[in-house]
Amino acid sequence: MSIYLNKDSKVIVQGITGGEGTKHTALMLKAGTNIVGGVNARKAGTTVTHGEQEIKVYGTVAEAKAETGADVSIVFVPPKFTKDAVVEAIEAEVGLVVVITEGVPVQDSAEFWALAQSKVDADGNQITRIIGPNCPGIITPGEALVGITPNNITGKGPIGLVSKSGTLTYQMMFELRDLGFSTAIGIGGDPVIGTTHIDALAAFEADPETKAIVMIGEIGGDAEERAAEYIKANVTKPVVGYVAGFTAPEGKTMGHAGAIVSGSAGTAQAKKEALEAAGVKVGKTPSETAVLLREVFAAL
Amino acid sequence: MDLYEYQARDLFEAHGVPVLAGIVAYTPEEAKAAAEKIGGVVVVKAQVKVGGRGKAGGVKVAKTADEAFEHASNILGMDIKGHTVNKVMIAQGADIAEEFYFSVLLDRANRNYLAMCSVEGGMEIEQLAEERPEALARVAVDPLVGIDAEKAAEIVAAAGFAEELRGKVEETLQKLWVVFKEEDATLVEVNPLVKTGAGDIVALDGKVSLDDNASEVRHPAHEELEDKGAADPLEAKAKAAGLNYVKLDGEVGIIGNGAGLVMSTLDVVAYAGENHGGVKPANFLDIGGGASAEVMASGLDVILNDPQVKSVFVNVFGGITACDAVANGIVGALNTLGDAANKPLVVRLDGNNVEEGRAILAEANHPLVTLAATMDEGADKAAELANAAK
Repeated sequence: MSIYLNKDSKVIVQGITGGEGTKHTALMLKAGTNIVGGVNARKAGTTVTHGEQEIKVYGTVAEAKAETGADVSIVFVPPKFTKDAVVEAIEAEVGLVVVITEGVPVQDSAEFWALAQSKVDADGNQITRIIGPNCPGIITPGEALVGITPNNITGKGPIGLVSKSGTLTYQMMFELRDLGFSTAIGIGGDPVIGTTHIDALAAFEADPETKAIVMIGEIGGDAEERAAEYIKANVTKPVVGYVAGFTAPEGKTMGHAGAIVSGSAGTAQAKKEALEAAGVKVGKTPSETAVLLREVFAAL
Repeated sequence: MDLYEYQARDLFEAHGVPVLAGIVAYTPEEAKAAAEKIGGVVVVKAQVKVGGRGKAGGVKVAKTADEAFEHASNILGMDIKGHTVNKVMIAQGADIAEEFYFSVLLDRANRNYLAMCSVEGGMEIEQLAEERPEALARVAVDPLVGIDAEKAAEIVAAAGFAEELRGKVEETLQKLWVVFKEEDATLVEVNPLVKTGAGDIVALDGKVSLDDNASEVRHPAHEELEDKGAADPLEAKAKAAGLNYVKLDGEVGIIGNGAGLVMSTLDVVAYAGENHGGVKPANFLDIGGGASAEVMASGLDVILNDPQVKSVFVNVFGGITACDAVANGIVGALNTLGDAANKPLVVRLDGNNVEEGRAILAEANHPLVTLAATMDEGADKAAELANAAK
């Protein structure tokens, strides 16, 4: 088991013919991802070749989905065109859309999120889950990679990981490489993102393969504080946390568009305290966080 | 990017929001000329991106142009909460009958926009929200709809405006929405929004924050709003090189890949510094998940030019760009910089092709470079070296 993504997921790549799309399509195939098609309106009808595999390029997401039965899309489209690409995937009712692109205007993200929210099935459930933007995507080791996370850090295991940061995801997977991961998901560092810490925590709680959870946050917003409340009320599996940015000055954006301390809001200290108040052990450093995870895991 | 009041005023005017005359001035002479041009009573307002300027003496009424000259002389150069005033706005004096509040902003938690409005304007909004929350109407705005006539009416009714004012205020709110939407703002705030003695609605003071991503993608004109003079020279240099750099006040230069890992590196160095004379990180520098050799070179160039820096910690987790490429980048950068590279470097590499990367650095055997096995060890070593060189 895993969350959101497994070996049966059928994936299309929006922007498959671009530089990033080409590079990462090759890496995703190597990781075992079942890539069934690509999308580029100007190159419809052509194919791209990766090793022995020929992947068909479609003019629209709807067409690609109809022909291939794709249920996942990954977006490598430049920021100027990202909104249109995501809207197309939402309109085509793709179940999971992973938006890797960094630099998407935040109003574009707010708009495609509002659209995604408005599309619900007969039971009232949102049809399209969005991960990102500005994220490394999602990996279910040994099954599939829809994103840019290095595939060879570690393998399958009992830890679930959710993080705002890409390289901290890699660092933590590396620290705990002997244990392995059920799924590791990078939700992105933008102010408006699709899947949140809380969504991923709920999914890991429900996933029988996941025994313990690592949650990585950083300065800005109050997603970690809200996740802390959620954990207290709803999560029975052990969670350890890490928050980056204790030394970040007020009012400066630290790389990620959403990583900014505004006045006294969004500080690492406040997030750490909220998590600890919810019973989550929080490491001072990535290595200490790994030690804490090993402790709670050993006690299971 | 946060704008100055005069820039917000100009954007308001460009989108048809009612404002009074306002002219920015950098010298007392310019202030006097502006006051003469506007005529009558004017207000000399310090232009700083921080609240509380009124209490600090940064806002003065001038009845004559000579008085405007005098006030501008006093206000220019003033320090307001660490911000030096280098410009003032000469604003037409207002005949204020009533003061209101309005803002629309990005609501991160709800992933939509939030409009806030009150008929009790003029005071700090945080104070109003705390002391009289019932006086502050909060209305969610759907990003796909915005503040149309219906939403404007909802906001104005929720705030409890008098019947005879509603039409005019609703119209102004819709224009402020156009500013928010068309300029890709994350905040548009008017405090106070006023009713004049003549019964007109005017935005008297504005605060606007723009989304940097959107400015980059579709607003080339926003570049002119950047406060280039106020930027730290190293930050300006890094920006010109396309680097994600923030200058801090410490001794250990930091380079890493990925915003989260770099933030984490700053923290780990600060903790290590507690055991080494209290040294701190000197900067944030993210060379990106890609971490190419060229970017490494320009990053090192910026950091080594910081006179405060005593040692440098390069902390890279090789992902898509493998460690051997990063190691080659470091060696190449040191060769390019030659004698300009004169501070010890501690390098920690992990991830893809780490053995090859470490071998490249070992073979180059550069006298300034020390290899560290882990992030913690590297931070400790870099802090120790910085402390020794203090």
